Amino acid sequence: MNSLIRSTAKCLRTGAAVYLPRQTDGRVWSASARFLCAAADVPKDLGEMVKKDKVVVFMKGTPAQPMCGFSNAVVQILRMHGVDDYAAYNVLEDSELREGVKAFSNWPTIPQVYFSGEFVGGCDILLQMHQNGDLVEELKKLGISSALLKAEEESK
Amino acid sequence: MLPTVLRCVRPISTSLALSRPVAHFRPHMDPDQSRPVERSITTKLTDKLKPDHLEVHNESHMHAVPPGSESHFRVLVVSSQFDGLPLIQRHRLVNEALKEELSSCVHALAIQAKTPEQWGSNPSLAKSPPCMGGSRGDHTVEEKLKAGRE
Repeated sequence: MNSLIRSTAKCLRTGAAVYLPRQTDGRVWSASARFLCAAADVPKDLGEMVKKDKVVVFMKGTPAQPMCGFSNAVVQILRMHGVDDYAAYNVLEDSELREGVKAFSNWPTIPQVYFSGEFVGGCDILLQMHQNGDLVEELKKLGISSALLKAEEESK
Repeated sequence: MLPTVLRCVRPISTSLALSRPVAHFRPHMDPDQSRPVERSITTKLTDKLKPDHLEVHNESHMHAVPPGSESHFRVLVVSSQFDGLPLIQRHRLVNEALKEELSSCVHALAIQAKTPEQWGSNPSLAKSPPCMGGSRGDHTVEEKLKAGRE
């Protein structure tokens, strides 16, 4: 309860109108969290942003030009699996987004990866999922066939 | 031969940490006093997660921040508290333990969270990817470094 109050207070300070934190098991309580974009003064719904695309990444820089080694690692891993079509949001361009997504995900660092609207984790988690084979499985659930799987089948 | 060896050994024995510049060397002080964030991270993770094995690495020198910064860390935590927990929950436990540091001076935290069994079968520390300069000119990082110094 205390963390709910603290989180709500934090978001009110940053201009977010509605915020409900995630449960500790990672499931989202509410579909939307709103914050105001300082640049365009247009309400942005993070809940919609993370659901609009199957794979969503909040990162520093862009997939073409990452500005952080950890963000770059996420881009490279997705590329290895043949995932090129995903939404990438550059938090360096928007400080409201940068703080908003940390509050929304209840996760203190960037990059952040979402699959079908569900928070997966950061660079470390994606890397371990890649190494232990879980990433191929999770992509399959999204209807994405990993390029590594295809490569493995072709080599047989 | 022997006098040469002794001459080589002497400078090393008077320096407590090779990695730190000589200007920061204060022999009358406990060397850990100059790494408050690292100590705090170590203490909190030890208290909260009762790890079998813990490594806290300050990787700030690998990033575009001034020497002596405590902004980028890598932690390896081996704890039976992670048994049965998916990776994301393990990381959330670590994040929760270090909430204060993460909201003030720590800008990046790489986490490896293993059960004792996993550590036993693969006792290795992952390597961080090379920095791509994102912290340079990043006012959020500058604020965090300032918070760390105060």
